[in-house]
Amino acid sequence: MIALKDKSSGTVVGSVTIDGELVEFHQGETIYQVAERCRREVPTLCYDKRLEAFGACRLCVVEVEGIRNPVASCTTAASEGMIIKTKTKAVDKYRKTLLEMVASENRNLDIDALAGYASQELGTLLDRYKANNGRFEGKQSGESNEDDKNPFILRDYDNCISCYRCVRVCAEQEGDHAINVMNRGFHTQITTEFGNDLRDSQCTFCGQCVQTCPTGALTDKKAIRAKDLPGDISKTRSVCPYCGVGCAVDLLTKNDRVVGIQPAMDGPANEGALCIKGQYAFDFVHHPDRLTKPLIRQPDGNFREAEWEEALEAAAEGFTKVREKYGRHAIYGIASGRAPHEAAYMVQKFIRAGFGTNYIDNCSRS
Amino acid sequence: MSNPLSDMEHPDVIFAIGTNMTECHPVAATRLKKAIARGAKMIVADPRRTRLAKIADLHLPLRVGSDVALLLAMANVIARENLIARDFINARTAGSDAFLEHIKEFTPAWASPICEVDAELIEQAARWYGEGNPSAIFYTLGITEHISGVDNVQSLCNLALMTGNLGNMGGGINPMRGQNNIQGAGDCGAVPGNFPGFQPCADPEKAKKFSKAYGTEIDAENGITKVTALNNAGKDGAEGIHAMLIDGENTVVTDPDKNHCEQSLKNLEHLVVIDIFMTETAQLANIVLPATAFAETDGVQTNTERRVQRLRAAVQPPGDAKPDWWIISGIARQMGKQGFEYESAKDVFNELCSLSPIYEGLNWDRIENGEYQWPVPESNHPGTPRLHEKEFKNGRGLFKIIGYRDPAEVIDGEFPVWLTTGRRLQAYHTRTQTGRSSGIDYLLDEESLEIHPNDAKQWGINDGDFVKMRSRRGAIEIKARLTDRSPRGTVFTSFSFASVPVNILTGSGYDPVTQTAELKVCPVAIELVESRE
Repeated sequence: MIALKDKSSGTVVGSVTIDGELVEFHQGETIYQVAERCRREVPTLCYDKRLEAFGACRLCVVEVEGIRNPVASCTTAASEGMIIKTKTKAVDKYRKTLLEMVASENRNLDIDALAGYASQELGTLLDRYKANNGRFEGKQSGESNEDDKNPFILRDYDNCISCYRCVRVCAEQEGDHAINVMNRGFHTQITTEFGNDLRDSQCTFCGQCVQTCPTGALTDKKAIRAKDLPGDISKTRSVCPYCGVGCAVDLLTKNDRVVGIQPAMDGPANEGALCIKGQYAFDFVHHPDRLTKPLIRQPDGNFREAEWEEALEAAAEGFTKVREKYGRHAIYGIASGRAPHEAAYMVQKFIRAGFGTNYIDNCSRS
Repeated sequence: MSNPLSDMEHPDVIFAIGTNMTECHPVAATRLKKAIARGAKMIVADPRRTRLAKIADLHLPLRVGSDVALLLAMANVIARENLIARDFINARTAGSDAFLEHIKEFTPAWASPICEVDAELIEQAARWYGEGNPSAIFYTLGITEHISGVDNVQSLCNLALMTGNLGNMGGGINPMRGQNNIQGAGDCGAVPGNFPGFQPCADPEKAKKFSKAYGTEIDAENGITKVTALNNAGKDGAEGIHAMLIDGENTVVTDPDKNHCEQSLKNLEHLVVIDIFMTETAQLANIVLPATAFAETDGVQTNTERRVQRLRAAVQPPGDAKPDWWIISGIARQMGKQGFEYESAKDVFNELCSLSPIYEGLNWDRIENGEYQWPVPESNHPGTPRLHEKEFKNGRGLFKIIGYRDPAEVIDGEFPVWLTTGRRLQAYHTRTQTGRSSGIDYLLDEESLEIHPNDAKQWGINDGDFVKMRSRRGAIEIKARLTDRSPRGTVFTSFSFASVPVNILTGSGYDPVTQTAELKVCPVAIELVESRE
């Protein structure tokens, strides 16, 4: 039996059998959640664990003994004694056929990983189920909205599979309701109120819709600019440099450049969420205005570039002179609320160890 | 924050005051929206009809700077309706008798004309907050950037104490910190009153501890604040400040009084600025030293819920840019100081942990995944997501007797309009970073002054017109934008754009305790500029 490790997150109400293994489950858990916990590979396209289960893509179907048709595991609650099979020939065939139909609707199935956090989901499943075979030649649904000139979110609905993750994340996670679904069937279209550009909607450009899109229909326009840069994409976990919420982010780098940001789905403060600043305002790092050399002001008032040794010496000499002339209480240090601990700690140590005073502050008073 | 961010999804009643959270802390605001979706009620006290106010169940559009009056009246109703947590008060607080006596006279009828909010709405807010189980308070600079900033915060504490909303899940008093590491700057002792870990400078034992650790005799008394230091820049006599080290702050643009600040920095004999850009402040320096930025720096920062997290370098810095700690320790070594020999950020952070009781259980390797919220007093301690659960650090929670005071300046015939300042979603502070990130301009490319349409009509101003806005300290020109986000008689703008230096106008007064400037209140006069398109 696979016992629940963390029993605090809910009451254990019973057990089910998954692929021959007895597993405990919590009150309210779905079959999909139980299966995911036991590391079963159940495919999904419309599922984002932060959102209410939706049951649209039907890929997560499993067989349950005593029920004639396969059931969508994401919307079916686990119940005592269920005997579940997540991988059978019939289920696999069903999933493959569904994926072949999904593939037939989309113009572009080869999506660059810079498009968004979940952008590889469809492609990965097509490979896994060998479903990208052109078996169905179908009509394509959705209509590209490339007229939207916003610089952040590319809306290519030719690649939309109507999983509604974007609509749901906007409503459930962000509470913004900027986008919605219009029409049905092949005419299904994700749109804003009155079909306006995102800028004229309730959209805050948090980028959550982009990051949850499993097909690249929504693409991070800033990141995708680096598509043709040579080199592999690396991810480095860090923290957003803006407000005090402290959202964990993954820095996407290519060739020693930051090319994009993705929210850390397991970030303790943000749990996958970001805002426009954290998501898109990162390229100041490589701005040509960056200071690259120490600068020393000359007698004529202009700065000249210097090497570190000279600059540090000049900085030190100035403090030493002022100290000699006016005493140790004539020197003051201001630390930043933007730089890391090591900076703030060093400014205060510089003042305290250097001059024996507490003449130190930071920017929190204004 | 007394409580973790995750608690924001669990209050019964949310009381958000002076916080434009959907713009300034958007990700935290999503948690409030989830709480509301689950049935929580939200009260928003804000002069402006912000997005948060629009989704509130109750919006109190109080007059700028009248927070204490509102909070006194809420306390009055809570006591009158007997919604106080008697057991909590008896077990964990002190001074309740005097406080409950004090608030008797401050009825909603008394507060209503001061706050310009109907007495019934104040009653309603008080009842909801008092009945909520739990009720949580959230605030930002709308509370602190007043001459009564400390009074405002203590008034909020009184409400939480009298209703027992401290140390409970989903409750608490939760200031949302505005900068990625402003909490950390305080944690690290970059303040005139505390050594690292909030150990008071005036405590001779602590002064001795740091004197020993740093090998220098350190004054066992508080230093002066930045505000005083700037005032004293270049002055003759013992109080004069003649050299400054400014690390990563664009003081000239963020200071509440721009002209004064600029003059102060010019008065210095020696100014060293460390930054990533040639800011307006760096322009005034004798020496400017290039620092590494986000994505280039290994380090640590602490968020608003006291979570200690690792920053990681992913790319090389441009040119000769170096980490701040490397630069500052280099200056100290050049001055012949011992104890500044560091190899890495790790060395620096571990030294901080060894000297700070709230970080004592942490070290560089332990914070790999950011799972700890301070205090973490021992190496096997799990961290402290929620403060004050069983006891207050200083024993009992003290009720404070607070009275209402007018702002430093109030409107009159010459300056008949209230100006209040704040932030916008798409811009961060002085735009040194967001202004240099592509695409942001598409959404926000200039500053504007938000005016209620009826006021604008009365003043003969159309949307897009330029207006001249004057205060007792100066004047600026700014484009008018008509919106009912502003209430009648109050206008709003941000200080993000250097082209519209709002801090020429502000700077009327400072909180006597913290010396925080009253950036949220400034009487102004507004007139149309005829000639400008």
